Amino acid sequence: MTETLDFFKTLTPTGYLFLALTAITLFCAIGVVTARNPIYSVLALIATFFCLSGHYVLLNAQFLAAVNIIVYAGAIMVLFLFTIMFLNLRKEDEESKTNLTKMASVIVGGLLMVMLITIFRAKSAQIPTVNQMSFDSKTGLVENLGRLLYNDYILPFELASVLFLVAMVGAVMLGKREAGDRHF
Amino acid sequence: MDLTILTVKGLIILVIFGITLLIATYSTYAERKVAAFLQDRIGPNRAGPWGLLQPIADAGKMFFKEDFIPSQASKWLFILGPCLAMLTALMSSAVIPFSDSIRFAWDKVNYDVPVQGIEINIGVLYIFGVVSLGVYGIMVGGWASNNKFSLLGAIRAASQNISYEIALGLSLITILMMTGSLSLRAIIDEQATFFEWNIFTQPLGFVIFLTCAFAECNRTPFDLPECETELVGGYHTEYSSMKLGFYLFAEYINMFVSSAFISALYFGGFHYPFMSLVNEALENSLGAITGHNIATLICFVVFFAKIFFFIFFFMWVRWTLPRFRYDQLMNLGWKTFIPLSILNVVITGAGLLYDFKYATWLIAIVMVVLAVTSTSRAPKRETIAQGTV
Repeated sequence: MTETLDFFKTLTPTGYLFLALTAITLFCAIGVVTARNPIYSVLALIATFFCLSGHYVLLNAQFLAAVNIIVYAGAIMVLFLFTIMFLNLRKEDEESKTNLTKMASVIVGGLLMVMLITIFRAKSAQIPTVNQMSFDSKTGLVENLGRLLYNDYILPFELASVLFLVAMVGAVMLGKREAGDRHF
Repeated sequence: MDLTILTVKGLIILVIFGITLLIATYSTYAERKVAAFLQDRIGPNRAGPWGLLQPIADAGKMFFKEDFIPSQASKWLFILGPCLAMLTALMSSAVIPFSDSIRFAWDKVNYDVPVQGIEINIGVLYIFGVVSLGVYGIMVGGWASNNKFSLLGAIRAASQNISYEIALGLSLITILMMTGSLSLRAIIDEQATFFEWNIFTQPLGFVIFLTCAFAECNRTPFDLPECETELVGGYHTEYSSMKLGFYLFAEYINMFVSSAFISALYFGGFHYPFMSLVNEALENSLGAITGHNIATLICFVVFFAKIFFFIFFFMWVRWTLPRFRYDQLMNLGWKTFIPLSILNVVITGAGLLYDFKYATWLIAIVMVVLAVTSTSRAPKRETIAQGTV
């Protein structure tokens, strides 16, 4: 008991912030899987993204935090919500989850947890700590990120953009109604 | 950051918050007065001198109305909707630089605090993120009402905002290219001389940005989410009392913030012609601290004058143009603005390569020529009317 108290005494304000944020993140993430109504599930997921952005800010990666909000919370989740609202799931129609699927999900989840715990406890995989000599607090800022992306990683970056273009064209092709298709 | 700076920052944030609410309140009055002016009426003139107490009377009425929650509605989300709308509307003014900086001496230390909520080097991205969240208030409220009209209004709002966000972002990129920074203060400082205001270097980007700002604020001619001829009241059909008030209030706050953003990005923010001369004269005659603070005050007033002009512009357009049809709205967003803003990015890039800032005038001139030729070659309205009759 005293050990945990001592641990809390050693924390900086940032440490407290991190702990609080982590607690909220986990709470929201659990809400995503336990909510009965898919709308609540999506809203909890949005809250989780916000908490993750908070973690990015704590790591001094402001650009990543902003982009995470814009892309995930601002665009993708709006589309998610959009689709789910059309589904009309207002009646409490509990999807028929058989005992078999429940069993299977418990086994898979349990195995994953065991694996993660093993990884963390393995002596060979010690988590690297901060090296004060080579630490640069400005690594995550947008200027450094841009310099890195456009100097060292220019080829992967451009290839990724081509990939996105292909995906976009593909989505338009799939969604396009051809002559003679049924009108809905 | 020590405690004195933190206190001053806190005061600045409180003042900005108060001003935002005050402006939003009096925008409702201004809207009715402008509408009356444009329609040759008198407008509100009963509550107080020139009807100045009208917004307060409205708010009082809103507060004392019955707060009704439909029985089949999802209660907490129904309450969350207006809260989210207000929250996202109020969040965005945090990074706007309203003026230069306040100088003061405290405990024999000189301080120089910028008049801005917070100066971060991703200011533009922050605003963009908050704008993209603005739609949640409408969507959550519209869905939670358990009403088909509300749901349709919410879905319209979502698809409209997503569509126009893309063009908005693309038109912003040209400014970022010219400034080379995501910080709003850096963007404003770039426009120190009058002919380098972004309205002169980016005319096309400005038109696209302005139109997209209208669409993001759900203002006429893009107010399809609350289109009363088709959807009763749109997403706030089921709302009453101050919850409805908050939705309407959030719209006016959004209008204020977009006006501030437009003036900061395209009209030089708090800069005005001969500003450096005025600042120098003031600092020479009144001393470095008082003179600088008075110069800051003048900048503040100039910035708000620009903001008020754009708020008036929003109202002017509302009472002048009819509403778009939904397919026209989507065509305008996807087939006109997105290709045009991509072209704008390309031309700006070419201009930067050859060190010529005014390259995008090329597109503007070509567009005007095309418009003139197509209208002069189009069949005349009178001849058609005579032919059919």
